[in-house]
Amino acid sequence: MKARLHPNEGVIAMQFQSPLSVEDAVAFLADDQNARILSGGTDLLVRLRLGHIAPSKIVDIKKIEGMRSITREDGGFRIGAAVSGAEMNENHDLYLAWPGVVEAAGLIGSTQIQGRATIVGNLCNAGPAADSVPALVAASATARIAGPSGVRDVLVQDIPIAPGQTSLKIGELVTSIFLPAQPVNGSDAYLRFIPRTEMDIAVVGCGVSLKLDSAGTVVQARVALGAVAPTVLLVENAAEILIGTQLDDDALSALAEASSSVANPIDDKRGTIAFRKDVSGVLTCRAAKIAYSRAKGTVK
Amino acid sequence: MPKDEFTPRTFSVVGTRPLRPDGIDKVTGRARYGADISAPGMLTGMVLRSPHAHARICSIDTSVAAAMPGVKAVITRADFPVHPENNGTADVLDNCMADKKALYDGHAVAAVAASSRRAALDALATIKVVYEVLPHVLDVDEAMKLDAPILHKGRKQEGVPADVSDNVLTRTEYGHGDPEIGFQMADLVIERQFKTAATHQGYIEPHSCLATLGSDGQGDLWVCTQGHYMARNTCAEILGLDSGCLRVTPSEIGGGFGGKTTVFLEPTALLLSQKSGRPVKMTMTREEVFRASGPTASTSIDIKIGMTKDGTITAAKGDYRYQNGAYEAMNGTLGAMTGFAPYDLDHVNTVGWDVVTNRPKAAAYRAPGAPMAAFAVESVIDELAYKLGLDPIEVRLKNAAREGTKSAYGPTYPAIGLEATLKAAKSHPHWSAPLGENQGRGVACGFWFNFGGDTCVSLMVNPDGTVSLSEGNPDIGGSRAAMSMMAAEELGIPMERVRTIIADTAALGQNEVTDGSRVTFAVGLATIKAARHAIQIMVERAAMTWGIDPEAVEWVDGAAQPAGPNAGKHPPMSLAEIAAIASNTGGPISGHFEVNAEGAGVSFGTHIADTEVDPETGAVKIIRYTVFQDAGKAVHPSFVEGQLQGGAVQGIGWALNEEYIYGKDGTLQNAGFLDYRIPVASDLPMIDTAILEIPNPGHPYGVRGVGETGIVPPLAAVANSVSRAAGVRMTSLPMSPPKVLAALKKM
Ligand SMILES: Cc1cc2nc3c(=O)[nH]c(=O)nc-3n(C[C@H](O)[C@H](O)[C@H](O)COP(=O)(O)OP(=O)(O)OC[C@H]3O[C@@H](n4cnc5c(N)ncnc54)[C@H](O)[C@@H]3O)c2cc1C
Repeated sequence: MKARLHPNEGVIAMQFQSPLSVEDAVAFLADDQNARILSGGTDLLVRLRLGHIAPSKIVDIKKIEGMRSITREDGGFRIGAAVSGAEMNENHDLYLAWPGVVEAAGLIGSTQIQGRATIVGNLCNAGPAADSVPALVAASATARIAGPSGVRDVLVQDIPIAPGQTSLKIGELVTSIFLPAQPVNGSDAYLRFIPRTEMDIAVVGCGVSLKLDSAGTVVQARVALGAVAPTVLLVENAAEILIGTQLDDDALSALAEASSSVANPIDDKRGTIAFRKDVSGVLTCRAAKIAYSRAKGTVK
Repeated sequence: MPKDEFTPRTFSVVGTRPLRPDGIDKVTGRARYGADISAPGMLTGMVLRSPHAHARICSIDTSVAAAMPGVKAVITRADFPVHPENNGTADVLDNCMADKKALYDGHAVAAVAASSRRAALDALATIKVVYEVLPHVLDVDEAMKLDAPILHKGRKQEGVPADVSDNVLTRTEYGHGDPEIGFQMADLVIERQFKTAATHQGYIEPHSCLATLGSDGQGDLWVCTQGHYMARNTCAEILGLDSGCLRVTPSEIGGGFGGKTTVFLEPTALLLSQKSGRPVKMTMTREEVFRASGPTASTSIDIKIGMTKDGTITAAKGDYRYQNGAYEAMNGTLGAMTGFAPYDLDHVNTVGWDVVTNRPKAAAYRAPGAPMAAFAVESVIDELAYKLGLDPIEVRLKNAAREGTKSAYGPTYPAIGLEATLKAAKSHPHWSAPLGENQGRGVACGFWFNFGGDTCVSLMVNPDGTVSLSEGNPDIGGSRAAMSMMAAEELGIPMERVRTIIADTAALGQNEVTDGSRVTFAVGLATIKAARHAIQIMVERAAMTWGIDPEAVEWVDGAAQPAGPNAGKHPPMSLAEIAAIASNTGGPISGHFEVNAEGAGVSFGTHIADTEVDPETGAVKIIRYTVFQDAGKAVHPSFVEGQLQGGAVQGIGWALNEEYIYGKDGTLQNAGFLDYRIPVASDLPMIDTAILEIPNPGHPYGVRGVGETGIVPPLAAVANSVSRAAGVRMTSLPMSPPKVLAALKKM
């Protein structure tokens, strides 16, 4: 639907709401199909300026209680939907537990963008190349959703359903992300491939989360890929390949192969199918090695 | 005291590194760029652009737009009053607003002026254009084929053979000797084909202007440009105005690199202003800059070189095919002239082809045409050196052009600095530093002509002893600093006492655009001469005051003094003292100088690049980079270093990631800085520079232009480095990770 214009001034008649509670936010969203949620705005405002969207209402969630804090819960972390990448980076405990997730969030944009960009915005923008999403999926993160019919928790990997589309219903918003307790001898890593060194969009992204036993043998593994399919991909057989190994060369080459064959990319201006498949394997191994040495570093 | 030519001397201001006079304005935001100015009642002008690569325009219906509230003027090509006689200007007009056909994705077809951006955008959306989509062609080799879609009929120039299509506008040939004889004397002959992608200058400031034109034909134009005289003359010709009635004032300029040496929006803005009776501001979006300004040529080049075992080049041949977008440009000709320019060759032949395709018309880009030619030539020389087991710098030294060499494009060189840059490279620690795993080192040379041209400078001595200097060239690389320094040097006063401004078109005579690395050379020469003119007047005023002959007075350290004991005993009169009483000695004092400057010395550079290639991903990292270039005389060494670094970095981007990417339908896929990848700061090491100073005989201080040569060697230096690191010869740019990985896998 097209935005209404004041004929002479050409000003878009658009409402801006800053609710103080989740209930109010839900109410604002539920009565208007064309409302958009504003978290950091680093995706939303760009799209607005480019004329890709013309919302009738913008609902800013930053003033809602709890949206900007990181709290401990069941040994894990609850991260409010408006917590910026920079704030995550400054939380030492969070970094120690989930360095891969924090680094993935920290890769988004530049210093300026980091002051605003959130992992919830990254997730709900539903871009195939979103950097924090594979790391969150590897970490078994869940999203808490509030809506007209109450609150529910959903696995992060079930939120994006197609490029630009999420499984959220009208009136719903994500209020927080929950990262579970990091087991002893567990850690994670995220790597992305970009043609430059920053300010670029992932051609392949890979998150790996591992748990080892005290001897350094893998007992749990989750691997997720970004930018190589319409939505984030879980490399389902990664656990089977890695569990019971100490990341020896055979395990790594099997992992690379699994990752390359799961990848289902397209040929476009950012890379060819063959390139993205190859690099999926390479990055998965590199990320797995980092996660492994991090996890091992915590072995007593 | 005529000193037309270089005379050795010592300097007190030239060669130092004072703070740049434009610095405070730029860091505080006070500097006014193209879009930073407004006028009462101003409208926003916007352009409707073709979504097709090649289409006949059957009809344009603007009636709904014209009737919309807030819309004050709508124009199409039919509203332009004249058809310029000059082919070049007619092309510029056609590029600004399409006539019968849209020739590329982004080609302007209509424009509106409205009371807001929103109103203008809504008006554009209502304009109905009926297109008949035509087959398109983007690649130079495809466009040359007889069965290719044709852009313009009957524009082939003399010398273009019948077996190529009408898209080929020119064919030029250079050289001497007989390469076939030369190849027979070679121990090794290598022939290869190279491809380079179209790249954009990537200036940060988009095109922008504010135009006012009355029904009486009097107008004002404020514009971000490399040449406001060019803007004035071109707009006047396109709109049928007297150039004297149009005053053009250049804004501060946020980069141009050649891309702002023509007009895109300006004639449209003026016409919209005339039709609406209001000032009209137009500013391109970044997407418009990519789609509809002037990127450079993409190329396909064949090079064949023969060499003996000791490294002597026996013969060289080049076939340079360049597509210049939808209209004529001479990049291919310049490629054919420059490729072999660094070498002293007995047998050389080069052919340049300039071809049109359904892409935006190429504009100049820093040494236009030369970087791609150097990429091809220097790659083959590197491969010959590698295969013959020779040191690549030694090979170049052995064949280097020197004073007296007949160049590959014709003229015989005066004193030049190529050999000096090669020797400096050879003895630099970079050349002998150890390399790590997956790393390689490449070297390459480059040449650029440099230019002089029409130039005017006025220098006013103010009553308080300060000096105001007016030049007519937008300051794109520090020319206000350089001119103040050269004037201060001549006058013998501190540089801070000379303020240089860029005057509008009514204040000075005709000035060439800021291009061809001409400004420090030509405007510098005119500044020196204008200062000498003022000195002559000040000497006369002192002589008059003392009652002696002007011949008996000399100018030393900023003051007039008797030339010798016979002239009598008078204490020196400083510039400030003479200025203070000027009103009583004949009136205000100013010097000026107008010239078509000749004698711009050619310039050479040598670059060394170290790269590391990730064997698993094809990613290339620049590890170390050093530029050696002849500056003749570096007036402000920091600015010279900045030019060398900037050229190198743009060349590195061109080599590694930058390219215009098109879809099957001929539309541009990456019209933005996210997917048009110029290097970011973290991609690069510090670019080291070494300035050589081999004086240009044609400038009083020995100055040569330095702005362009720096972009000529890097494509080849990086490619040679990557080829050695990867163990496979890279012949196609950009060397993006997918391409490098594919080459590694083919090995
Ligand atoms: C210069 C620049 C560089 C960038 N670099 C990167 C990069 O390297 N990697 C990367 O992945 N991304 C990058 N981005 C994209 C963007 O910064 C990220 O996706 C960021 O995480 C978005 O977060 P945000 O809080 O700003 O989202 P917003 O713009 O506020 O929102 C994004 C989308 O999510 C929706 N949304 C926001 N909050 C909620 C919520 N609580 N519930 C439901 N829906 C919600 C919004 O309506 C919108 O559709 C870059 C952007 C810019 C401008």
